[in-house]
Amino acid sequence: MFKIIEARFLAENIKLFEIEAPRIAKKRKAGQFVIVRIHEHGERIPLTIADSDVEKGTITIIVQGVGKTTRELNLKKKGDIILDVVGPLGQPSHIENFGTAVSIGGGVGTAIAYPTAVALKQAGNYVITINGARNKDLVILEEEMKAVSDEAYITTDDGSYGYHGFVTDKLQELIDQGKKIDFVLAIGPIPMMKAVADVTRPYGIKTVVSLNPIMVDGTGMCGGCRVLIDGKAQFACVDGPEFDAHKVDFKNLADRNKMYHKYEQEALKHFEEKCKLTEKINTLEQAE
Amino acid sequence: MNQLTPKERMKIPRHSMIEQDPAERSRNFSEVNLGYTPELAIEEAQRCLQCPKPTCVAGCPVNIQIKDFITLIAEGDFIGAVKKIKEDNALPAICGRVCPQEEQCEEACVVGKRGEPVAIGYLERFVADYERESGKIDVPEVKVSNGKKVAIVGSGPAGLSCAKDLREKGYEVTVFEALHELGGVLVYGIPEFRLPKEIVRTEIDGLKRMGVKFETDAIIGRVFTVDELMEEEGYDAVFLGVGAGLPWFLGIEGENLNGVYSANEFLTRVNLMKAYQFPEYDSPILDCHNKNVAVFGGGNTAMDAVRTSLRLGAKNAYIVYRRSEKEMPARVEEIKHAKEEGVQFMLLTNPVRLIGDDEGWLKGMELIKMELGEPDESGRRRPIPIEGSNFTVDIDVAVIAIGNGPNPLVTQTTPEIETSRRGTIVVDPETMKTSKKGVFAGGDIVTGGATVILAMGAGRKAAAAIDHYLQNGAW
Repeated sequence: MFKIIEARFLAENIKLFEIEAPRIAKKRKAGQFVIVRIHEHGERIPLTIADSDVEKGTITIIVQGVGKTTRELNLKKKGDIILDVVGPLGQPSHIENFGTAVSIGGGVGTAIAYPTAVALKQAGNYVITINGARNKDLVILEEEMKAVSDEAYITTDDGSYGYHGFVTDKLQELIDQGKKIDFVLAIGPIPMMKAVADVTRPYGIKTVVSLNPIMVDGTGMCGGCRVLIDGKAQFACVDGPEFDAHKVDFKNLADRNKMYHKYEQEALKHFEEKCKLTEKINTLEQAE
Repeated sequence: MNQLTPKERMKIPRHSMIEQDPAERSRNFSEVNLGYTPELAIEEAQRCLQCPKPTCVAGCPVNIQIKDFITLIAEGDFIGAVKKIKEDNALPAICGRVCPQEEQCEEACVVGKRGEPVAIGYLERFVADYERESGKIDVPEVKVSNGKKVAIVGSGPAGLSCAKDLREKGYEVTVFEALHELGGVLVYGIPEFRLPKEIVRTEIDGLKRMGVKFETDAIIGRVFTVDELMEEEGYDAVFLGVGAGLPWFLGIEGENLNGVYSANEFLTRVNLMKAYQFPEYDSPILDCHNKNVAVFGGGNTAMDAVRTSLRLGAKNAYIVYRRSEKEMPARVEEIKHAKEEGVQFMLLTNPVRLIGDDEGWLKGMELIKMELGEPDESGRRRPIPIEGSNFTVDIDVAVIAIGNGPNPLVTQTTPEIETSRRGTIVVDPETMKTSKKGVFAGGDIVTGGATVILAMGAGRKAAAAIDHYLQNGAW
C-alpha cells in the first residue's frame, strides 16, 4: 500500500504524483523506473521516477492519461492509495562528464529527461535542454528544466510558445551553429526518438534513448519488453531502459507497442462507461 | 488393514483420479483433477505392501515417510496422515499435484514392479485437501524465538520450505517477494486448472500463522542488496531462492513479431494477472478464439501453455517438440491430459523461423522434421534435422517454452557470490553455502529450471545448514 502525498495536474491530462515509498526514494537513480499496479484488478505498468525526496521518503512520478490505467491513475487524489509500487527497476542512466550534453524531452518524456539532466549537471556537464510539446499548454517542468540548464529551449509544434518546430529542428540548428555536442539523451514518443537518432547519426554524436516497451513484471522474468538492439533481443527492464539510439530498431518497437491497441481501446471504453455510470448514480443520489 | 494378505493387496487395481470431462475442462480454468473420495483413498492405501525397507521413501527428494502416512490413510486417520507428511514437507497439497511422482516415489514402488504403483501422489493430495476442507489446518509448533533473523529471497517452493523449517526452529524469518503476490512460480507459472491459487494461498497462510513474515513488492538486489540485508537490516543469514526467471528464446528469425510470447509472459498474463477475465481485469492477452497457437517445448511449462491456449479458445493448439514423446520432460499425466483435451503433438519437429506480415504480426512458422541420432551429453538421443523436410504452418500465436536462465538481479549487485558460466549460483551441494559468508542458495537459481519438489528439498537442506551455521558460527 503506497500513499499519495501530493497530486496535481501539470498540464491537461498530465499529472504529478508524490508517493510515499521511502525505500525506493533512498535507492533510485536517474533513469530508473517503478512498476505500478493501482488495485486488485489492475495491470502492472512501468513509470519512470521523475524525482525523489529521501527525507520525506517520497518518489515523484508524472503520468499522462492515455490508456485505461493511466487515466484511472490520474483520477487519484492526495491521500489515496496505490496498491503496489515496485522498484527501483532498470539500469540507472550512465552519467559521466561528457562535455556538452543535450537532454531532450518530448511531451511527458520530459519527466524522464529532467532527472537525467540533473545528474548530467551534477557530473559537471555543460547542459542544454530542449523541452518539446505539441503546444504551449502541454509544456511541463519548464522552470525545473531551466534551473538545471546552461541553455534551455522550449519548442512547440504549433509555435504557440518558444521555438516553432520540433525538438530535432532545434537540435539541428544548434549543430549547424557549430556547437560542439558530445552527448544527447532523448526521451519522448518513438517517432521523436527515432528522428533525434537520425539527426545525430551523421555527426557520430553519442545518443541515448529511454525505451518504453510493454512490460509485465519488470524483473526480466516475462521477456515481454524485448527490444532489438543491433539486431539482438535485449530486455528493456533489466538491460535498459536506456540504449544506444543508433542501434535501436524503432520500427520493431513501434510495432510491438501496438500489440494490444485493440484491447486498450476496449478497456478504455469499458472504463469510461463505468465512470459515466458512477457519475449518473452520484447525480441521482445528490438529487435525492 | 492387517487382514489383507500381500496377494490380496496386489489384486486391488490402482484407482484412477476422478477428472473433469476433457471436452468440458478444455474450455474452463477449473481444476482438472477432482481428487479421491475417502473410500477410494482407503482402498488405494490398502494396495501398499508396507515394505520393511520402503524404497519409495528413498525415491522422494524430501524423504516423506510414505509408508507411515499410507498406513494411516488405510486406517482412516486422514489427519494423522497429513501430519506425518508435514514432518518433512510443508506443501503437501502442492506436491500432491505437481510432483513428477512417476519418476520419484512411484517409480521406486515395489507394487509397480509387477503392476501399477501405489498412487502416492494422489494419496498425498487427498489428505492435504481433506485437512484444508476440514477447516482445521494444523500449524506446526514453533520453538521460542532464538533472536536470530534470516532473510529469504523469493517466495517460491525453495523459499517457502526453507522458511518453514527455520521458523519451526525459532528463527525470525522474513520472506521477500518481487511480485505483488506470494508463491513465485506456483502462482505466476502453474495454471489454475493444475494448481488452484486458493491452495497456494492456504499453504502460505499456514506459514503466516507460524509467524513467518512476508514482504511483497520487494526486489532484493534493487531495494536492498544482500550486503544491506545483513549489515543494515540485521539479518544473520540470507537464503536465495529466486528461481530461474529469465526466459530463453530460440534465437530464430521472427521472434520479436507481435504474437510471439515467452511461456513466462503468456502464463503470467493468464495466471497472475487474470487476463482471461479481461476486461474485468485490466491486463490483456491476445485473443486465441479460433486461432492457431503453437507452443515450442516439451516440458510441464509447454503443456501448461498449450492447454491454457485451448482454454482461451484456440482452434488448433500445437506442441512442437524436436525429440519424440519418450524424451519429453513433462509429467506423464500432463501429456495425457493435453492429448485428451485435443492438443496436437508435432513431434520430431523443430521451428526454423517465424513468419510475419508487414505490420509485424506473426502469421506462420517454418518447421523442419528431425530424426534421433546418438545420445548426447544429456543422455537423450540427439535430434538431427532432416534436410529438405521443411514445411510451413499458419499460426497466429506462438509461445516459446524451452526453459529459463537464472535471473541476474541479485548476483549483479553482489558480485562476490560465485556464479557458473551459465549464471547459476555455485553452492556446496551438501550445505547450499555460496561463496559469500552467511549466504545460502537453492532451487532453480542453483540448478537451472527444475521441479517444485527439488527446490523444496534444496530449501530444507539450506535451512538445516543455516541452523548449523548460526548455532556454531563457523563457516
